[in-house]
Amino acid sequence: MEAQLVYIGLAAVFGIFMAWGIGANDVANAMATSVGSKALTIKQAIMVAAVFEFAGAVLAGGEVTSTIRQGIVDIDDMEGTPELLVFGMLASLLAAATWLLIASRKGWPVSTTHSIVGAIVGFAAVGIGVEAVHWNKVGTIVLSWVISPLTAGFIAYLIFTSVQILILRQEDPLAKAKRYVPVYIFFAAFTITLVTILKGLSHVGLDLSTANSYLLATAIALGVAVVGGIAVHRIQPMRKRDKKQHFYTVERVFGVLMIVTACAMAFAHGSNDVANAIGPLAAVVAVSQSGLVGSQSPLPVWVLVLGGIGIVIGLATYGRHVIATVGQKITQLTPSRGFAAELAAATTIVIASGTGLPISTTHTLVGAVLGVGMARGIEAIDLRIVGRIFASWLITVPAGALFAIVFFYILKAVLPS
Amino acid sequence: MANLLANIFGSSPVMPLEKHVDIAYRCTRELVGFLEAAVAGEWEEAQRIRDTIEELEHEADDLKKEIRLHLPKSLFMPVPREDLLELLLVQDKMANRAKDVSGLILGRKMTIPPEIAEKFLQFVRRCVDAAKQARKSVRELDELFTAGFRGAEVSVVSSMIEELDRIETDTDDLQAQLRAALYAVESNLQPVNVMFLYRVIELTGEIADMAERVGRRLELLLSH
Repeated sequence: MEAQLVYIGLAAVFGIFMAWGIGANDVANAMATSVGSKALTIKQAIMVAAVFEFAGAVLAGGEVTSTIRQGIVDIDDMEGTPELLVFGMLASLLAAATWLLIASRKGWPVSTTHSIVGAIVGFAAVGIGVEAVHWNKVGTIVLSWVISPLTAGFIAYLIFTSVQILILRQEDPLAKAKRYVPVYIFFAAFTITLVTILKGLSHVGLDLSTANSYLLATAIALGVAVVGGIAVHRIQPMRKRDKKQHFYTVERVFGVLMIVTACAMAFAHGSNDVANAIGPLAAVVAVSQSGLVGSQSPLPVWVLVLGGIGIVIGLATYGRHVIATVGQKITQLTPSRGFAAELAAATTIVIASGTGLPISTTHTLVGAVLGVGMARGIEAIDLRIVGRIFASWLITVPAGALFAIVFFYILKAVLPS
Repeated sequence: MANLLANIFGSSPVMPLEKHVDIAYRCTRELVGFLEAAVAGEWEEAQRIRDTIEELEHEADDLKKEIRLHLPKSLFMPVPREDLLELLLVQDKMANRAKDVSGLILGRKMTIPPEIAEKFLQFVRRCVDAAKQARKSVRELDELFTAGFRGAEVSVVSSMIEELDRIETDTDDLQAQLRAALYAVESNLQPVNVMFLYRVIELTGEIADMAERVGRRLELLLSH
C-alpha cells in the first residue's frame, strides 16, 4: 500500500510539473495570436486562458487522456506485472519533461504531445516488448499529426476566403463586417460547444441525447452571438486611423470575434494537451488504487482538475512572458486573419480531442496560419517553417523514447515493486 | 527562444515601403525651397537645404537596403517579391533625382534667368505634386494587403493612380513651356550654362517620371 502511495505521489508531482511546462510554453502559442493582434491584453489573455484551459481540460480532456493512459500500450498484456506499467508511465513523464527542459534551453521547438507519445512507445517497446505497443493506434496518432495541420490549414483557407469575399472586398467593408461577424461568432461558439457536448461531457457524467446536444449548442451559440453582436454594433469608426475603406475599424470589429475564438482556442488546447500531463498520472492512479491493470476503472475527475490547475499555474508564472514575446512577433496576424487561424485550429483540435487523438496544438495552429497565407492573407510567410516542423517530429519522438527507456530501467531498479 | 508560431512570419515589407516613399517624397519636397533660394541667389540657404536633401536621400538609401535584406527568397507573399523590389527601386529614384538636381545647381552656382524663374518654380512644384501623389498611392499598400488586392480597395487605388497620371501629364506640359521659354532667351546666356539648364530641367522632370513609374508598379500589383 505504501509503495502505491509513493507511485501516486510521484506521478502527481511529475504530472503537475508537465502541466506546468505545458502552461508555460504551449498555452502561450494558443493565446499569443490574440495578444499579437491586440484583441486582448496580456492580462485578459491570461484570464481567458485560465478559465477556458481549465474548462477544456476538465470537460473535454477525457478522451485523449484515456488514449495516453491505455490506448498506446496494450495493458491487457501486463496483468501479471502492473508495476511495470507504473514505472513506464512515471518514466514517460520524466522523459518528456526532461526533454522539454533540454530542448527549450537549447532553443529547439518541440511538441509536448510528440515527446510524451514517443516516451510511452519507447518504454513499452523496449521495456516490455514490441508486441506490447498498439501499433495500429500509434499509426493513427502519427497520421493525425500530419492530417491535423493540413485540415486546419484547409479550414482556415476556406474561412478566410469567405471573409475576403463577404467583407474585405466589398464597397463598405465596415457595414458588411458588422453584419457577418456575429454569424462567425455563432459558428465559432456552436462548433466548439457541439463537439464538446457530443464527445467530451460523458467523462464528467453528463450524457445528453443527440437532439438535446444540438439544441443546447445552438442556444449557447446564439447567446454568445447576441452578446458579440451588441459589442460589434457599439464600435464607431475612428476617423483618425481610418482611410477610405475603414479597415482599421473593420479590424476592431473582428477583434470582438477574436475574443470568442481565443476562448475556443484555449478550450481546445486544454482539451487536448492536458492529457500529455495527466494521461500517465491517470494510468498510475488506476493501477495503484486497484492493484490491477484493468482498463475499466473510470478516470477520476480530480486528476483532470489537477492537470487544469497545473496548466494555469504554468501560464501565470512563466507563460505570460512567452505570450508577450510571441505576441510581438506575430503582429501581421490582424484580427481578420487571426480569428480565421484560431477558429480553424480550435475546430480541428476539438474534433481530435473528441476522437481521442493527441495532436500538437502548435503545429495545428501553424498549419492554420499557413492556410490563411495561402489565401493571400499574410504579408510575408517564411516557408522554411514547414521544414522545421518535420525536423521537430524527427528529433522529438526518438528523443522522448530514448529518455523514457533510460528512466524506465532506472526506476525499475530503484523503486520497490 | 525558438518558437514555431513566431517563426512563420517573415518581416513584412509593407510598412517599410510606405515609410520609404514618405522619405523619398520629403526629399523631393525640399527642392521647392532649394530652388527659391537659388533663384534669389541665397547660396547659404541653398547649401543648408541641399544638406537636408542629402540626408533624406541617405535615409531612403539605408531603408532600401534594409528592406531588400529582409526579403529573402523563402518568403511567400500575396504579390511577387520582384514587383515589390521594383516598386522600391523607383521610389528610391525620386529621391536620387532630387539629389542630382540640387547637386548640379549648387555645384555650378547656376543662376536661373529671371525670365524663366517663375515657370521653373511652377514646374518644380508640379513635379513635387507628382511625388506627393505617388506617396499617397503607396500609402494604400497596407489597405491593399488587407483587402487581398481585390475588390473595392483596388478601385480606390486605381483612381489615385489616374490622378497621378494627370499630374504627370501636367509636368510634361510645363516642361515643354519651360524649354520654350528658355529657348527664347538662350542666345543671351552663356552656352555652357544653357546646356546645364536643359540638363537640370530634364532631371527635374524625371522626378515626375519616377512618380509615374511608381504608379505603374502599383498597377502591376493590382493585376495579380
